[in-house]
Amino acid sequence: MTTAGTPPILNASGCLDALTAPRVAQRLDAFVTKTVTPLPRDGNPPPRIAETECGMLNSIGLQNPGIDAFVRDNLPLLAELGVPVWVSVGGFSADDYALVCTRLDECADVSTIELNLSCPNVEEAAETAAELVAAARRATTKPLYAKLSPATWDVAESARAVGSAGADGLSLVNTLRGLGFDRASGQPLLARGAGGYSGPALRPIALACVDACARAVALPIVGMGGVGSGRDVEDFVSAGAGSVALGTIFFSDPWAPDRIRSELEAAGGSDAEEVPGRVSESVA
Amino acid sequence: MNARRERLQVVGLEQIGPYGLIRLERGDLETGVAGQFFMLEAPGRVLPRPMSLCRAVSGELQFLVDPIGPGTRALCALARGDAIHVFGPLGNGFDLDVRRPLLVAGGIGIAPMPYLAESLGGAPAILGFRSHRHAEAAKLLPGAVAVVEPRLVTELLPDDPGDVLACGPEPMLEVLRTLVRGAQLAWEAPMACGYGACYGCVVERDGRYVRLCVEGPILQDAA
Repeated sequence: MTTAGTPPILNASGCLDALTAPRVAQRLDAFVTKTVTPLPRDGNPPPRIAETECGMLNSIGLQNPGIDAFVRDNLPLLAELGVPVWVSVGGFSADDYALVCTRLDECADVSTIELNLSCPNVEEAAETAAELVAAARRATTKPLYAKLSPATWDVAESARAVGSAGADGLSLVNTLRGLGFDRASGQPLLARGAGGYSGPALRPIALACVDACARAVALPIVGMGGVGSGRDVEDFVSAGAGSVALGTIFFSDPWAPDRIRSELEAAGGSDAEEVPGRVSESVA
Repeated sequence: MNARRERLQVVGLEQIGPYGLIRLERGDLETGVAGQFFMLEAPGRVLPRPMSLCRAVSGELQFLVDPIGPGTRALCALARGDAIHVFGPLGNGFDLDVRRPLLVAGGIGIAPMPYLAESLGGAPAILGFRSHRHAEAAKLLPGAVAVVEPRLVTELLPDDPGDVLACGPEPMLEVLRTLVRGAQLAWEAPMACGYGACYGCVVERDGRYVRLCVEGPILQDAA
């Protein structure tokens, strides 16, 4: 999918379901799954999402079928997409991360493991990010990307720590914890209260994190946080990302990967023609 | 799913009581089954808004919108000649294979009813509104019986209501769910993507969370 001068485009974990929109997933350079945990999870009670002025809040809570059902039911279907499959891994202890990574290590259809070390919507593991990466590293030889939170006093220090623990790359950044209230009721917009804040407002924060980490470590970086245009991708590349992931933009534009590639090609002086108003193909 | 996305031009906007009827050129989008929905770009907002199709006439897609928040107000502020992205049809519509349909709607829940009535070749309908101004929307469904609060639409339910197909506020749907086993009910939830990507629009059914955009928005308990 990648053309010369266009960095690889992925989806941010949890922002695209390749089983309901396979044709969209096939437009990516790699598909990243929703986070998988050892046991099935129902996720958080609704309402789970709310729009804010410059972004959105979500509190999905890692709803997923658990590693057994994922490997048995989902992975064979994802393998048919024909794009590399990255599996996002989550848990509530180092043992959880190790268990899921051990299972995935046996799966030839898994190209890369992304460790979700920073979900703002569930209780966190007691161990540090570096300890979780170390546990995962002992469990698999597959490439390991550490997904870090922007809500830390020194993200570069986190990057150095997970790098030393065996991470092969960084996914920057996860959502930022945020809170909104319904003005009529005075109650939080989301059932669980605070949630993960994403969208355009996150972009400058994510760029600063990518920049800081790129200066601190030599690891490859997937940049994400409010990417919605070719210009945004150029900003992430300038900050030091080698590839980018799209998140919230998928909710308003399923075909954002194609549009962004066109914008990048046009900016690069090619004669990519913009065709406004043209009907898209079906997502399924 | 045959959902596609296209930028469509606004060909007109009509005021019906407090509601806006947005008329868009149809483009190459399919109209889908009544009860399915489309994601409408809300100018200036981060997320699109899910709207069920109200009428599909003469090359147009028409949506009835209640301007209650920033997104729906932006939609109702559209003018002829503006263009917005529209993505659909999405979700599962009403099952039209019914013998004795009765359409039941509360407030803006009237939105999918004109297209549903047309798809069924006509059907009796009962409507409830919170004010006479809101009840102006009843003209979209000629022949329907309408009541205004404090009377409730559920008071109009006959003893043997037949096959109920309903859309309206949650309390109305919960009452129907209790009174009419097997009723087809159109539910609503805050929605981000509309196509199963985000897991945001879940509702609890049989002890588990289901995505309303994938398994709904029409849900039916066993009769």
